[in-house]
Amino acid sequence: MYWDKQHECMDREALTKLQSERLCATVKRAYENVPAYTKKFDEIGLKPEDIKGIEDLHKIPFTVKTDFRDNYPFGLFATDMDDVVRVHASSGTTGKATVVGYTKNDIDCWATMVARQLAAGGVGSKDIVQVAYGYGLFTGGLGLHYGAEKVGATVIPISTGNTKRQITMLQDMGATAIAGTPSYILHIGETVKEMGIDPKTLPVKVSIMGAEPWTEEMRKEIEELLDIDALDIYGLSEVMGPGVSYECLEKHGLHINEDMLIAEIIDPDTGEQLPDGKQGELVFTSLTKEALPLLRYRTKDITYLDPEPCACGRTFKRMHRILGRCDDMLIIRGVNVFPSQIETVIFNIEGIEPHYQIVVDRDERRLDDMEVWVEVSPDVISGEVRTLEKLNKKITHDLRSLLGIGCKVKLVEPLSIPRSEGKSKRIIDKREVYK
Amino acid sequence: MKVKQISIFIENKPGRLLKVTRTLADAGINIRALSVADTVDYGLMRLIVDDYVMARDVLAEASVTVALTDVIAAEIPDVPGGLNGVVEILSEAGINIEYMYAFSGNTGKGAIDVFRVDDIEGAEKLLESKGVKTLSQGDVEKI
Repeated sequence: MYWDKQHECMDREALTKLQSERLCATVKRAYENVPAYTKKFDEIGLKPEDIKGIEDLHKIPFTVKTDFRDNYPFGLFATDMDDVVRVHASSGTTGKATVVGYTKNDIDCWATMVARQLAAGGVGSKDIVQVAYGYGLFTGGLGLHYGAEKVGATVIPISTGNTKRQITMLQDMGATAIAGTPSYILHIGETVKEMGIDPKTLPVKVSIMGAEPWTEEMRKEIEELLDIDALDIYGLSEVMGPGVSYECLEKHGLHINEDMLIAEIIDPDTGEQLPDGKQGELVFTSLTKEALPLLRYRTKDITYLDPEPCACGRTFKRMHRILGRCDDMLIIRGVNVFPSQIETVIFNIEGIEPHYQIVVDRDERRLDDMEVWVEVSPDVISGEVRTLEKLNKKITHDLRSLLGIGCKVKLVEPLSIPRSEGKSKRIIDKREVYK
Repeated sequence: MKVKQISIFIENKPGRLLKVTRTLADAGINIRALSVADTVDYGLMRLIVDDYVMARDVLAEASVTVALTDVIAAEIPDVPGGLNGVVEILSEAGINIEYMYAFSGNTGKGAIDVFRVDDIEGAEKLLESKGVKTLSQGDVEKI
């Protein structure tokens, strides 16, 4: 099933022409309306007129996550705030959030992206979609919500959590599709099994899952537990939100919405463009975004592109599911967590040493579980146990308020955490999500 | 008088306590008094030893971080109400006892209790003035 066959199955030549036209317009608008882009262009003597089509893309300087922090909150917006109808936000690498904005048309384009995903999973106006992504600043909930409304489905905006109620809704309202993070849908599946419910009695037939990396093994497990097709949806708020690329029922890579975005793969060390099929860092340029035009945004996600048309008939290039990250970002229950954020909290609390270790695993309920280990400093161990418990509570509280998710803080002996040169040693991720 | 207490943070894992006791044993250090306050994940071990300087150094060499704290070791008359008398003295003066534990050494004159209080100088003077004997570091070494 297609939502927008005209674009989704466009021939390559016409698509390239469309991308080139839209790129030139985007570059012009970004240069004229966003001082940060004007500066980047002027610094290397590049003029918007120098970009004549996608063959000139490589001349454009990259945009990175810190550009959002440096222009916090609205500095990268290209339109008046009058035209911005919504903002979302995700984690920044330090204290400040990454803020993104949308015009009415941006919201509509985003809904179209998600609608294409839903249609590719066989979801249409007769369906009932249970949106088990969190609603709020996070793009998951509202992103899926607008897409589901666009295809004319009935939306159950249940948001995330309260698993027993999720299952009651699946039974009583008969949702035919469910959207959420793969670890949460897996948890729902496990709970269905525990409750002794035969998944064949549930009308749900497809799940749309993203916001965190997952594996083929998890797909099989979810498909068996709920007797459904499990599809991968990719996105990031800077580029739009969920729907940047989407899987069809062939389950063989994610179709990139190339009429609205250009995807490139670069060598993360040199910044050189890599040919299709080569693994590297994924970079996006927006082609229709009004509020927040994005030129060559480095996602830090690692994958490769497959230009071959898919058996489903779509011509959009496919990206392989995410194979890793070029930075140390973790995704915990769908929330991006940077070790540098944890560092900010730890370095500002007295009574602990600036050494920490992050241990991530899945708990017995199959949900992500993050422990932060910190070393106590000698001056707090001479006091009462109560002092240490207070300290533990303070760290837990400060981490929760900055990260937006809870984690367990464990106080450990001084000098027990290995002093390593590389930051990556500070993270032990037992989930094996990149496979 | 005051004596030095050694505090050690110990994670609740097999072998952690052993590392401390073995290090002290190997160095020939005698433990005079001991208390462990525990939680689910860790414990705080407090020790009075015959040679705290050596104990601190050998533990540091074994990568065990210790903190030294001043505490009062008071002789408690070996009669009913003996401890109560001492606690009353501190309580009436508004001195808060953070924690306390008993001494194993036998001076022949009664029990010895270790007190960690919020006003150590005040407690020291007060107890002496009321005739309660407090041990010096030298006393601890000799026991």
